[in-house]
Amino acid sequence: MELVLRELPGFLQGTAATVEVLLGVMGLGLFSGLGMAVLQVYGPHPARWAVTAIERVLRGIPPIVLLLLVFYLPWDLPPLLVAVLALGSCSAAYQSQIFRAAIQSVDRRQLEAAFSLGMTQGQAVLHVVLPQAVRRALGPWSNELSSQIKDTSLAYIVGVVEVLRQARYVIAYTYGHALLLYGFCALIYFGLTRAGNALIYRLEEKLWVPGFERRAPERHGW
Amino acid sequence: MFREIISLAGKYLPELLSGASITLELTAVCVLGGLLLGLLLALCRVYGGKAAYAVSTAYIEIVRGTPLLVQLFVFYYGLPDIGIVLPPLLAAGLAMALNTAAYQAEYIRGAIQSIPRGQLLAAKALGMTWAQGILHVVLPQALRLVIPSWSNELIYMLKYSSLAFIVGVPELMGRANLIASRNFKYFEIYLLVAAIYVSIVLLAARGLSWLEGKLRVPGLGASP
Repeated sequence: MELVLRELPGFLQGTAATVEVLLGVMGLGLFSGLGMAVLQVYGPHPARWAVTAIERVLRGIPPIVLLLLVFYLPWDLPPLLVAVLALGSCSAAYQSQIFRAAIQSVDRRQLEAAFSLGMTQGQAVLHVVLPQAVRRALGPWSNELSSQIKDTSLAYIVGVVEVLRQARYVIAYTYGHALLLYGFCALIYFGLTRAGNALIYRLEEKLWVPGFERRAPERHGW
Repeated sequence: MFREIISLAGKYLPELLSGASITLELTAVCVLGGLLLGLLLALCRVYGGKAAYAVSTAYIEIVRGTPLLVQLFVFYYGLPDIGIVLPPLLAAGLAMALNTAAYQAEYIRGAIQSIPRGQLLAAKALGMTWAQGILHVVLPQALRLVIPSWSNELIYMLKYSSLAFIVGVPELMGRANLIASRNFKYFEIYLLVAAIYVSIVLLAARGLSWLEGKLRVPGLGASP
């Protein structure tokens, strides 16, 4: 216990690095996932085909393999960037499917109504479809967030000094306490996933589209 | 670059494929083990008493709230602290099986709860005990309804079994790492590995959707 207290600053730094990776991954995944989804639904045929192929391939590669592939690219990239690029493109493939489903759940007639009001396709998608689709996607998106919180631990492999790497350092110079320290890492991740879920839940309440179904209130804690 | 990859493939494919067979075995054993434990956890959560509910819920929440990599480290590097030394394959297998059990439990719970409760009451009215009702009425439907989400979990584990290489299991990733450390062609070898994983995942997805169609309960769930 004393050991954990003494090493707390290191672990806090590690947690900060983990959150940094997470923000990068989710941000990259959000924008490219949204772009891929729009292309997959509204894009011209070759683009649809290409995006679908990319998405299938990315979803078939284990994140570790992707991490190491980016790590061994001929350019020398800093570890944080490697982690964000690899895990982010993985997440983009998953998020594109979340957003595609949400976009397709918006009634097509709304788009036609927007056209009849003189909007272009771009305007209609941007101002009519996406504001609804993105809010509907929040539920599944929160699942993706919690699975990405856990996947940030993989950044350890390419040398990002996150929670696990910090634990490893402490284990290396104290010659032991692996169970205690890895257990503490588990606790940190557990706190992060809980906090992430609570945050999304609040966001979902706030962004709720009046008149639409609401997710049944979740029981908090056990 | 392309020619080089082809020649590397010719040279190292047998070694990589023998690694892939370990990947497949590891995944199969873990997912089946996880299925049994997951089923038990799900039954405890739906039909169990207060204690069984609390224990299985706590287990599921803790396992799903922490990364597989951390669990793997606890099993492989942590357990020796209390005198339990596991060989790499066993440590990886246990960590994966216990991990997937929690996820599978939640999928199975969802499927069980989607079966109308009236069916169980009807079974009771016909003179079946609760256990018989669950075994002969609820589970045959629930286990088939769970196949789509269960296939996702299987594919997920197929990909995440690659974590086992970190503790030294010679599966597909482990073999690739070994080969690459001999010839320093890391990028090319990992590209080959990625191709192998993508083919396995696509094949598995095909097979599982065939199974799903085969075992579909007529009139229940979404039509294909």
